[in-house]
Amino acid sequence: MEILYLLIPMSALLVLMIIGVFGWALHGGQFDDLDREGERILNADGEALTGVKLEESTAPNNAHRVDSH
Amino acid sequence: MAQAAQPGRPVYSDAPVRLFALAAVLWGVVGMFVGVFIAAQLAFPDLTFGIPWLSYGRLRPLHTNAVIFAFGGCALFATSYHVVQRTCQTRLFAPGLAMFTFIAWQVVIVLAAISLPLGYTSGKEYAELEWPIDILIAVTWVSYAIVFFGTVGIRKVRHIYVANWFFGAFIIAVALLHIVNSAAIPVSLTKSYSAYAGVQDAMVQWWYGHNAVGFFLTAGFLGMMYYYIPKQAERPVYSYRLSIVHFWALIFTYMWAGPHHLHYTALPDWTQSVGMIFSLVLLAPSWGGMINGIMTLSGAWHKLRDDAILKFLIVALSFYGMSTFEGPMMSIKTVNALSHYTDWTVGHVHSGALGWVGMISIGSLYFLIPRMFGRKTMYSTRAIELHFWVATIGIVLYIAAMWIAGVMQGLMWRAVNPDGTLVYSFVESVKASYPFYIIRMLGGLLYLTGMVIMLWNTIMTVRSGKVVETPVPMVTAHA
Repeated sequence: MEILYLLIPMSALLVLMIIGVFGWALHGGQFDDLDREGERILNADGEALTGVKLEESTAPNNAHRVDSH
Repeated sequence: MAQAAQPGRPVYSDAPVRLFALAAVLWGVVGMFVGVFIAAQLAFPDLTFGIPWLSYGRLRPLHTNAVIFAFGGCALFATSYHVVQRTCQTRLFAPGLAMFTFIAWQVVIVLAAISLPLGYTSGKEYAELEWPIDILIAVTWVSYAIVFFGTVGIRKVRHIYVANWFFGAFIIAVALLHIVNSAAIPVSLTKSYSAYAGVQDAMVQWWYGHNAVGFFLTAGFLGMMYYYIPKQAERPVYSYRLSIVHFWALIFTYMWAGPHHLHYTALPDWTQSVGMIFSLVLLAPSWGGMINGIMTLSGAWHKLRDDAILKFLIVALSFYGMSTFEGPMMSIKTVNALSHYTDWTVGHVHSGALGWVGMISIGSLYFLIPRMFGRKTMYSTRAIELHFWVATIGIVLYIAAMWIAGVMQGLMWRAVNPDGTLVYSFVESVKASYPFYIIRMLGGLLYLTGMVIMLWNTIMTVRSGKVVETPVPMVTAHA
């Protein structure tokens, strides 16, 4: 079963990568306000949103930015 | 939502969404027709008319490739391109590359439709296409990944919606699975040999095969579920927190379920047991997601009464729950000793394929298609209702027939006389299966009928609608 020497390390590597992405999501603030994120898609189409990605916004006034951290 | 675009305002890149959505409906009809035809061949073997191109062994991979990769694949492309743009509030990254994925994917489908009946096959289930087509698939898939992750990268919304996580995992996993499993040594343009041999090849094949179920037929369609059910129900997903847990639990545990396809083979016993244990563990995240999706309707169950699209979406989840319970049970070695190689497996696959994958795609397309052609609803909502009932009855006939046939076959094959000889010959079990093959064919015919109704409804919707570009909301206007 030499193939397991390929498949098992590949799975281990994949799990490490998934842990890495999970860590990025956790520390990057993806899970900070989960209650609101579920609602957001419902009024998204054709409407502006308050949760603007910080660096994308060019408007001078940031009073409405919820995610500005 | 279909406001006219103002000059200078960016619009969503919906051309590939439209094309993939229409292609999905068309390939659905074609793939399911081939399915009904080969189901009829099992009951009436003379239906090949002596033509080798129509033999069961050549048409069966054509059916599976057409429904999984042509119908399911086009539905996934359409919905992922739609969902990623709407939830990231930006147009597609590299729309030209997205159009390339459409053209290349259709070329792959046509090449499959020609090469499989001609008998060109690498002999690996769900990966039968020969190496030149495999390379085209790999190129298309990498382009798809660039478009999808590029769009996530230029998103205007900080949070990445859960549906995109599922689509993203599906895209990465399928690229990895396809490239590893299709590794082959070509000997000519139309013939290659797998890079692996014997039981090693079987292990890679089912590592691929079951993860294709997990990531192509589950994760991708869960992405659809997490966007289109809340949109159609006009309610947020029951627990957004649970949807995040669902995602991470599913992708951490999926990769090692494959060996359950190789119980009682030359595969080492411990590897089989690992496959069985991982399959059993999968019940938890699967049901977590299923309950989360269904409970999205909590407090709004009345919407199910007169919304046929919601019926499709919610019944899809019910079949998802059923087949993700059935699957782990069948992966238990003692149960597998009865079920393996029988039609129970075929029934299980179709409860997932017709029930979950088919119905979630159909429901999502019924939401998507009118909006892509400047309408609020499909041309006929009564036709959607009819489609729902015809399809549901079709599935029930199909899987009930296969359960009975499968358990019967398993019991007949293992029955032994006191002197140790077999009670039944194989052909006796075939003969006993005949009535169930007829019922299965009728079930499939009903499901195909539903799909033809959908094709008609889609054509009428496109003819009575018009392509309206949807402007990307200007996020900066609000800040």
